[in-house]
Amino acid sequence: LAGITAAIMAAALAEERVGQVVLPGDLLLLPAQPEEDGERLRLGPVAAPRGRLLCGPGLRRGRAGLVVTKCGLLRCRGAPGLAYWVDTQQRRYVPVKGDHVIGIVTSKTGDFFKVDVGGSEQASLSFLAFEGATKRNRPNVQVADLIYGQFVVANKDMEPEMVCIDSSGRANGMGVIGQEGLLFKVSLGLIRKLLAPDCEIIQDLGQLYPFELVFGMNGRIWVKAKTVQQTLIVANILEACEHMTAEQRKQAVAKVLEN
Amino acid sequence: MKETPLSSCERRFLLRAIEERKRLDGRQSYDYRNLRVSFGADYGCCIVELGKTRVLGQVSCELVSPKLNRATEGILFFNLELSPMASPGFEPGRQSELVVKLNRLLERCLRNSKCIDTESLCVVAGEKVWQIRVDLHLLNHDGNIIDAASIAAIVALCHFRRPDVSVQGEEVTLYTPEERDPVPLSIHHMPICVSFAFFQQGTYLLVDPSEREERVMDGVLVIAMNKHREICTIQSSGGIMLLKDQVLRCSKITGVKVAEITELIQKALENDQKVRKEGGKFGFAESIPNQRITAFKMERAPVDTNDMEEQAEEIITKADPPSDVLAKPILWTPGTAQIGEGIENSWGDLEESERENEDSDDAAITDVQNIETEDDTIVLSDSEEEEVVILEPEERQKKERIQTSATQNSRVKQLKRRKKKRAVQ
Repeated sequence: LAGITAAIMAAALAEERVGQVVLPGDLLLLPAQPEEDGERLRLGPVAAPRGRLLCGPGLRRGRAGLVVTKCGLLRCRGAPGLAYWVDTQQRRYVPVKGDHVIGIVTSKTGDFFKVDVGGSEQASLSFLAFEGATKRNRPNVQVADLIYGQFVVANKDMEPEMVCIDSSGRANGMGVIGQEGLLFKVSLGLIRKLLAPDCEIIQDLGQLYPFELVFGMNGRIWVKAKTVQQTLIVANILEACEHMTAEQRKQAVAKVLEN
Repeated sequence: MKETPLSSCERRFLLRAIEERKRLDGRQSYDYRNLRVSFGADYGCCIVELGKTRVLGQVSCELVSPKLNRATEGILFFNLELSPMASPGFEPGRQSELVVKLNRLLERCLRNSKCIDTESLCVVAGEKVWQIRVDLHLLNHDGNIIDAASIAAIVALCHFRRPDVSVQGEEVTLYTPEERDPVPLSIHHMPICVSFAFFQQGTYLLVDPSEREERVMDGVLVIAMNKHREICTIQSSGGIMLLKDQVLRCSKITGVKVAEITELIQKALENDQKVRKEGGKFGFAESIPNQRITAFKMERAPVDTNDMEEQAEEIITKADPPSDVLAKPILWTPGTAQIGEGIENSWGDLEESERENEDSDDAAITDVQNIETEDDTIVLSDSEEEEVVILEPEERQKKERIQTSATQNSRVKQLKRRKKKRAVQ
């Protein structure tokens, strides 16, 4: 009985849980599934076809609805097409096709580099996947260099593949990152927050002094400012953003500006 | 899983920062990270946090026969484990070079310095001695494992209490904690390791290196010392040539750090002792900040059990008067018939069937609560009335048989009991 009660305990309508914390094992019920047939029978414009449901990261389809597999905040997107996903604060990266990441070259083998991206497996990167690279003209990439690239193949149980060119063969900002600067790791949630189009953190930091910044979706950030001190300040503020409110962050930036 | 490699740009930046006398976390060269000591619910269990590095220490004891050549000495055993939980680079169950090195250093620091009186661990010479086992688990790795582990080991040993033993002739009696208070180990002094990282062939020196600093360092010097400024162990690794002055300077710094750490440990131990004596809450549950996330939490509605009897009485009095006894099936309206009212029944039977009812009712209630988040009290009162309705026929019967208030009272009590049960659930 206890088991059954526990199972029922965790069930809730997906709509009601949007924006709230969900934990692995929770069951989210989707509304109006059994009534689908009834709706179809009804004629006229009332019977709108139900859109496809997209099941994002942290969720898996179960018998009765969606089963939560990660803990975090439940998010929902209404259009185009209903989509649910869980916004987690995890640090382990799982390669996703199309993601821009920062990798570290670990070895050169034949025509490929092996790149550590923080996933369970190292990604492969072809010699030819750089702008202007040919069989003769090989890119100058050394082991332990930093690479900013994009995933073109990222399947489950398969070695992911990276490139440093876009579909038109342009570098478009990708390639080897310079030898200066500092690399550090933050949670994936923070990276998503920082990469949001209207991110205030970046605007706040921009008031300080000029610096270069690269965000990888795998949780890695590369910073380079004029001096070591300035680089460290930016890195520490970004790292601390994870647990700071907007107000606290503004104060921190103001404090740095004063000095 | 493979360890994340260190990129050349990180290495370059770190070395440059060290040259400029800056550290990633804003510390000065000789600064130690924040140290936190918290204890478990049992004796001999502690967690030591050094910045983000975390070590769990657990001491246990066992009566064993002593080693042949040391018949009157107890046995000390140290075991440090690096699990993949601490860092994905560590492999489980494999004795890597690092683990062996750290374990050896711990043994030298704690056993060879004779900080624990092993002779006091002897129960019967040559037959029974205590074996004290210190298990250390690295929970998170952010550099300087040895310092955190040595602190965790000594704190756990100081905190530990072994069961009391008495020997009468040949007989050895072991007392449970209830019979006799467990006794602490006799500890002569507290050796603590302090690590120094050297860069650029010993030009730069950092105390308490973090994980990334450890990766770019040339060599490390570990000095174990107690608060009386007695060096217990000294080890230099990484193949750097150190000058006499450097070692002396390091030992001076160690003296200062060890004094600070010892004071902190003693304060933590005293605090824990005080709280335990007062009977307050202690252990990890209290000492570690509560960072709990709860999803789908249902607030438990409080059930008012104060005027239960009055309420029950009221419900009974307000209930509909029982219908007449009907021996034959009766057709009230088309489609609704009544049969079986007034059949003989006994309280024993009733109890059993009730219990079943109760169970199914409860399941139904939790069901409703969880899906619809309805108010608990409303549901309860509903079900109560239902039950009364179920009771009705019997009630009437009882009235027929013996109309005393005693039966009513017993029923009220039963109701009360049931309500309490529900409140517990």
